[in-house]
Amino acid sequence: MLRFLLRRIGLIVPTFIGVTFLSFMLIRLVPGDPIEVRVGEHGIAPARLAELRHEFGLDQPLWKQFLDYERGVVTGGLGVSVVTREPVWNEFVTLFPATLELSFCAISLALLVGLPLGVIAAVKRGSVFDYGLMGLSITGASMPIFWWGLMIILVFSVTLGWTPVSGRISDMYYVEPWTGFMLIDSWFSDDKGAFASAVSHLILPAIVLGTQPLAVVARMTRSAMLDVLGEDYIRTARAKGLGEGRVVVVHALRNAAIPVVTVVGLQVGALLGGAILTETIFSWPGVGHWLVESIQRRDYPVLQGGTLLVATLVILVNLGVDMMYGFLNPRIRR
Amino acid sequence: MRTGWILAAACAALLLSSAPAPAKTLVYCSEGSPENFNPMLNTTGTTFTANRPVYGRLTEFRYGTTEVEPGLAESWEVADGGRGITFHLRHNVRWHANKNFRPTRDFNADDVLFSFERQWQDSNPYHKVSGGGYDYFNDMGLPGLLAGIDRIDDHTIRFRLKQPQAPFLANLAMDFAAIQSKEYADALLRLGRPELIDQEPVGTGPFEFVAYQKDSTIRYRAFKDFWGDKAKIDTLVFSIAKDPAVRLAKLRANECQIAPYPNPADLPSIRADNNLQLLSQPGLNIGYLAFNNLKAPYTDRRVRQAINLAIDKPSILTAIYQGAGQPAKNLIPPTLWSYNDAVPDWPYDPARARALLAEAGFPDGFETTLWAMPVQRPYNPDARRMAELIQADLAKIGIKASIVSYEWGEYRKRVQNAEHGTALLGWTGDNGDPDNFFTPLAGCDAARIGGGSASKWCNPAFEALIRQAAASTDPAERTKLYEQAQMIMHAEAPFFLIAHSVVFLPVRKEVSGIRMSPLGVMRFDKVDLK
Repeated sequence: MLRFLLRRIGLIVPTFIGVTFLSFMLIRLVPGDPIEVRVGEHGIAPARLAELRHEFGLDQPLWKQFLDYERGVVTGGLGVSVVTREPVWNEFVTLFPATLELSFCAISLALLVGLPLGVIAAVKRGSVFDYGLMGLSITGASMPIFWWGLMIILVFSVTLGWTPVSGRISDMYYVEPWTGFMLIDSWFSDDKGAFASAVSHLILPAIVLGTQPLAVVARMTRSAMLDVLGEDYIRTARAKGLGEGRVVVVHALRNAAIPVVTVVGLQVGALLGGAILTETIFSWPGVGHWLVESIQRRDYPVLQGGTLLVATLVILVNLGVDMMYGFLNPRIRR
Repeated sequence: MRTGWILAAACAALLLSSAPAPAKTLVYCSEGSPENFNPMLNTTGTTFTANRPVYGRLTEFRYGTTEVEPGLAESWEVADGGRGITFHLRHNVRWHANKNFRPTRDFNADDVLFSFERQWQDSNPYHKVSGGGYDYFNDMGLPGLLAGIDRIDDHTIRFRLKQPQAPFLANLAMDFAAIQSKEYADALLRLGRPELIDQEPVGTGPFEFVAYQKDSTIRYRAFKDFWGDKAKIDTLVFSIAKDPAVRLAKLRANECQIAPYPNPADLPSIRADNNLQLLSQPGLNIGYLAFNNLKAPYTDRRVRQAINLAIDKPSILTAIYQGAGQPAKNLIPPTLWSYNDAVPDWPYDPARARALLAEAGFPDGFETTLWAMPVQRPYNPDARRMAELIQADLAKIGIKASIVSYEWGEYRKRVQNAEHGTALLGWTGDNGDPDNFFTPLAGCDAARIGGGSASKWCNPAFEALIRQAAASTDPAERTKLYEQAQMIMHAEAPFFLIAHSVVFLPVRKEVSGIRMSPLGVMRFDKVDLK
């Protein structure tokens, strides 16, 4: 087990170097540097341009800029945003709870709805429900988030008026951001309607972000359940005279859940990718929204630091999933 | 079972979320986040709009116009041939307060001195705070213009200029000339957190800053001790939504009452919506094709005129601006004072264009370059496509134009170095003064290699008129001079003037008292909700 763990951790180092290198290089391949992109028709005085370039180290050769950046990462400094001049870490910490809250709700939705649907489809294999569900899940998995988000806003917010269009809470309420999690902060706020407003603002973005994982979970549960339902111990359980409900939920689902949990863990990366689009559509003030903005503004420190932090998260979650899987399945530990 | 609980919670939430709103709250769907809360440090309209409610300036633009009126300065006198301007400051102007600061005195001359010295003097303790960099202060030429600022007494302050400059009063009404509190600055220095002055702003404006949640909302409340007419609403909220489709959806759902910068494709449906009104006006900008007057054949006036006759302007307006453009015949937009409506526009007349070209010695036309910007700008939504239309029109009179483009920074630099034949470019005005168009775009200083002018045009008669106008403080006289200058520009044709883009502002029908500013910065103190 220890060797497995060490090998997995050893792989993290090259992954980190790859992530920092890619995030560093890719944005520099886009034309326009952070200073020039903000200059309009007025132009900028050459002396001021040189001063700003120097301040952000842009006058150094690329290799030196990269080494300086790596040194910063190792010593815990991610730099300062070119636009707001706030430390990147501070901005990340302010915005991350919003992303976490949204992702958590999306994945909860995927599990709470996807698992039962997958189980029912497996039990009623070959039925109209099964075919219908699998068709829908292919649609869900392949639906472009941007289109889906705007459609759902048009139908539920604009036409029917059931849900708010965007944001985290109605502008009528002012909630002091103690934890940064709107559900928690609004629950403890003096405004009685604040919590309900926060919940209603979460519904559409959670559905949009949760659609793809939901489809994946439903399909995965179905196929895992089908495998398990064909096993000998299920036949044994039935032969013992157990009720069908008990057979499915206790004996089959428990075993089928292992691959599903792994898939959910691996969905975290996809979820954060989806969060970038979902946050943009719903004006959700999270990390995804912030990263998109930083590309438009060529805010190198934010883009590099933000990408690194998000990548770290994905790597850690994947490591956790691998370890859990290794723990559950001794065969892969070697 | 669990699904049932979720549904129940969701339904309860929906019912509760329609609770009644407290007081009068106006929500503005802002198109972006401000960089910070100090307009001295920034150049974007988004940041200016977020700061307008908070800060006051010595002079102000009259609501909805580019005319200058008294602000924190009640009155002023111009002496010494326009070189000395003495401002009499308003009494009993209160400062906002916040958790770090309780003002003990009213606004006075120390605050004015501090606000200008912060931008001007390296020795000011705040000069380097928040990264320094006072781009507008420098762009408007204040370091070269100011000879000194003298505090005469608590309520009198004199600006000494190195040369007379009429637009100076309009410059002081611009956002960068906001007045910050010296007492607040001193308090923050003692606290060891000077950067808060640009994050938790204290001003004298009609609204107090309450809170900013990054990329989400900015909240303000009406300042009950404001010196002028109090705001009509109690709470002002900026709800930040970057996507125009989302802003419009929020407006339709009454989640916000004002939503700027709509998608052009949505304009017909906004007009058709009974709950909305669509305001519009020409922006303070100009999009043009500049001829490089330093290079043959553009040194010949007849060639420049011929091209003016050869391009079909109405087709460009339809195809590129899609109804959101007003044809331009002068360098300044019609919302600016001194606009000369008597100037005729060049008609579309290819036959006459060909004749003029022949007269200039190019019966078979010539080859040239046509530069197109790589970016979308307020005055030109699609330069590349526009260049293709112009190219086709020029081909009809024998001119073979090849389209050239560079990355935006590189493009501006090369145009300034006069490497182009003809180049698409434009300008957005800053202070609503005609000088702010004529001098940087068509003055002789800007025509040198490396200068800002894309036409590199330097006409002695024109130059004399705009210089005389810039030195005069009499608006009537200045108007007359600029009107003459526009006549010369038309005849000499250093540009093919294309369009002023029209700016649209969709608002809910409940909104009243709203006026668009020709300068493009929103104001909320006169806005009310029915």
